[in-house]
Amino acid sequence: MKRWLAVYAVAFYAFLHLPLLTLAAFSFNASRFTVWDHFSFVWYRAVFHDPQILEATWNSVVIAVWATAISTVVGTLCAYGLWKRGSRLLTGGLYLSLVTPEIVTGIALLALFQWAFRWLHWQLGIYTVILAHVAFSISYVVIVVSARLRTIGPTLEEAAMDLGANEWQAFLRVTLPALVPGIIAAALLALTVSFDDYVITSMVAGVDSETLPMVVYAMARRGASPVINAISALVTLFFGILILISEKVREA
Amino acid sequence: MDPILELRSVLKEFPGHRAVSGISLSVPRGSFFSLLGPSGCGKTTTLRLIAGFEQPTSGDILLNGEAVNDRKPYERNVSTVFQSYALFPHLTARGNIEFGLRQHRVADIDKRVKDVLALVSLTGKETRRPAQLSGGERQRVALARSLVLQPDVLLLDEPLAALDPKLRKQMRLELKAVQRRVGITFLLVTHDQEEALSMSDQLAVMNEGRIEQVGSPQDVYLRPRTPFVAGFLGAVNWIGPIGVRPEATRIAHRGGPGSQRQAPGLVTGSVFLGDCVEVLVRLDSGEDVVAQVPRSAANFKPDDAVHICWDAAEELSFS
Amino acid sequence: MKLRRWFLFPAWLWMALLFFAPFVIVLAYSFLTRGPYGGVWGPWTLENYQRLFDPLYLTILMRSFAMAAAATALCLLFAFPAALFIVRATRHRNLYLQLVMLPFWTSFLVRTYAWMFLLRDTGLINTALEAAGIIHDPLPLLYNNGAVLLGLVYGYLPFMVLPIYATLERLDPSLMEAAADLGARPMAAILRVIVPLAKPGILAGSVLVFIPCLGAYLTPDLLGGGRTVLVGNLVQNQFTGARDWPFGSAVSITLMALVTVLLWVLLRRESEPLV
Repeated sequence: MKRWLAVYAVAFYAFLHLPLLTLAAFSFNASRFTVWDHFSFVWYRAVFHDPQILEATWNSVVIAVWATAISTVVGTLCAYGLWKRGSRLLTGGLYLSLVTPEIVTGIALLALFQWAFRWLHWQLGIYTVILAHVAFSISYVVIVVSARLRTIGPTLEEAAMDLGANEWQAFLRVTLPALVPGIIAAALLALTVSFDDYVITSMVAGVDSETLPMVVYAMARRGASPVINAISALVTLFFGILILISEKVREA
Repeated sequence: MDPILELRSVLKEFPGHRAVSGISLSVPRGSFFSLLGPSGCGKTTTLRLIAGFEQPTSGDILLNGEAVNDRKPYERNVSTVFQSYALFPHLTARGNIEFGLRQHRVADIDKRVKDVLALVSLTGKETRRPAQLSGGERQRVALARSLVLQPDVLLLDEPLAALDPKLRKQMRLELKAVQRRVGITFLLVTHDQEEALSMSDQLAVMNEGRIEQVGSPQDVYLRPRTPFVAGFLGAVNWIGPIGVRPEATRIAHRGGPGSQRQAPGLVTGSVFLGDCVEVLVRLDSGEDVVAQVPRSAANFKPDDAVHICWDAAEELSFS
Repeated sequence: MKLRRWFLFPAWLWMALLFFAPFVIVLAYSFLTRGPYGGVWGPWTLENYQRLFDPLYLTILMRSFAMAAAATALCLLFAFPAALFIVRATRHRNLYLQLVMLPFWTSFLVRTYAWMFLLRDTGLINTALEAAGIIHDPLPLLYNNGAVLLGLVYGYLPFMVLPIYATLERLDPSLMEAAADLGARPMAAILRVIVPLAKPGILAGSVLVFIPCLGAYLTPDLLGGGRTVLVGNLVQNQFTGARDWPFGSAVSITLMALVTVLLWVLLRRESEPLV
């Protein structure tokens, strides 16, 4: 039994990780075809010399940073508020926003923006993308921070108040510092989902706000290109490093 | 008497430590046998080796004279009552008891379940789930679940540890009575010497992966072969190299006749235990000893000069 | 307690403006009519919902359901033994768990593209098979229902493993031993003891996989190549290509209603809250 499970586990993890590993391996292939030629950085050079990719990456970074900053603050405050006393309506909304199919969120936000533009003389652009990303990443932040709050428990804050701190001081000096690891994890998750999103972004992006996933999507639709392999490897590496750093911060 | 279960130089090593260091043991058919020892002495590992959850590193386990080392737990005719009971929470009491019978495709399931329910006084509770049963009832279901299979040996891993003290005492009597009625060999693992002494026909005292002594409860308690056994089975007053149990230790204000074993000392305090009083004495030789005296005779105050005395026959000696 | 009100204020604002308001607009659109230039006009009508019963759209709905159900079943089949393996691992349990979660941290788009890279006519699998002389013409691996199903299973497998692992981990390890002790062979022990006890995890995992699969857009779009139209693609198409916003809204509302029911089923059973 144990042996069978182990054999199965090997197959399972291979299924989970081999596609990405081969994808990354072929980003170092000199040939444009899926036949191994020799090791080369030619596709990475192509990535760094393509102005469209660079601009889209920059857009993605700007959007992800803003969306993460806003949703982390709002989400953390929300988790703390709900921890004190729950609200069925708000919690229900958070759950629903989490399970709403991305494409529905996308068209609903598009409908909202188009409707608002009848009065506001704005147009789709980087701002609408940031707003949309804030809209869907807040729930992730609330869930991660809430989990951390539950492990902390109310005793710390009660002890602080018992020692003479008021509500605000108890939050700022006791709970918030204890929450930092959770907040970092939440921000990291928000950053990933924002940087990764294609479906919602494609609905609410304007001409000046093409993001990296949109470029990758367009390239993938056009057909094979080892440039996508190189981008994929870079994105995966970037997030890998980010996770490692956050793990170190959390351990410290 | 022919042994139903035999262990021959059974050794079990885990990475980094040796849990059982080559023990040999033979359990008589139909007896109530206990493995007694402190936690970490290897008694539970021994039980798990017999049940088949672990494989011995070396040595043989014989059931009915047949080596069962290579048999899986489901191929051995032994059954375990787990410390946590391990009742299946999704099944009723009846479902739990039937589980093994169904695996073995037994024909007269209904009758056997009915009989075993009556045996452990659970009749009427069979449709309840473990969560709806009391601690004692769960214990009975666990017992019934194993008994109904009529195993060669029934293994009990600290079966009473989870019960409250009062219930524990009652269950001791019941377990013993059930064992007598069904005649199945019971192998009990426990760290509670009272439990082992009160229930067993024979017991083995284990320490650090070895068996220190095997014998009847009286044997082991009254004639411990090692200081460890003496100390583990009950309190011992050490007076020089001589050991005396507190209940065999008497105390008097004056010394007795010279023929008696005695030692002078000062009372340092006393502890009221309800049914008796323990008087603490520091001997002139510097050793602290305890004497159990009846409540009515406990007129000792701290700093009283007293004599401790005992019969030579009560001395514990080790070869 | 005043603090709490201030803390929740931004979240309420978020919910009102970026969740509730768009939803109300979509709900309103779903009862309106498509205008001559693709805009949204009166009068109020139920026609958009009636159109859902058109065999063409009914087929799409059914296909989405079947696809999501199949993906859920396959995820369950693959995830259960994996969760069992992790729970029973004596060492490196955390590492195995992290390895399941790792894909969460890589881009969904990248993971989907990885399968395009493997499956297409000039992809790794076809190239390798041709080089080995097993086939002469590439197998049509990409742009079909199978590829979409594969993509969905691959994408959401971790969602099934984690909740099942969580329930298995809480089980008393001696239950499995007890089953063996009572004569059950490993397979019987798993089917009669472990699977029934893992039910809450199986239910949670199934809902967590089924919901995103039902509304999937990117996977059918990239791996189905437009040949496998699911309800997510239908919505997208109404808002971009066809420019029939009212109908697209009606489809969206229907999808939301289904998802809400599923979520309710999950939360009713789940004892531990996420928030």
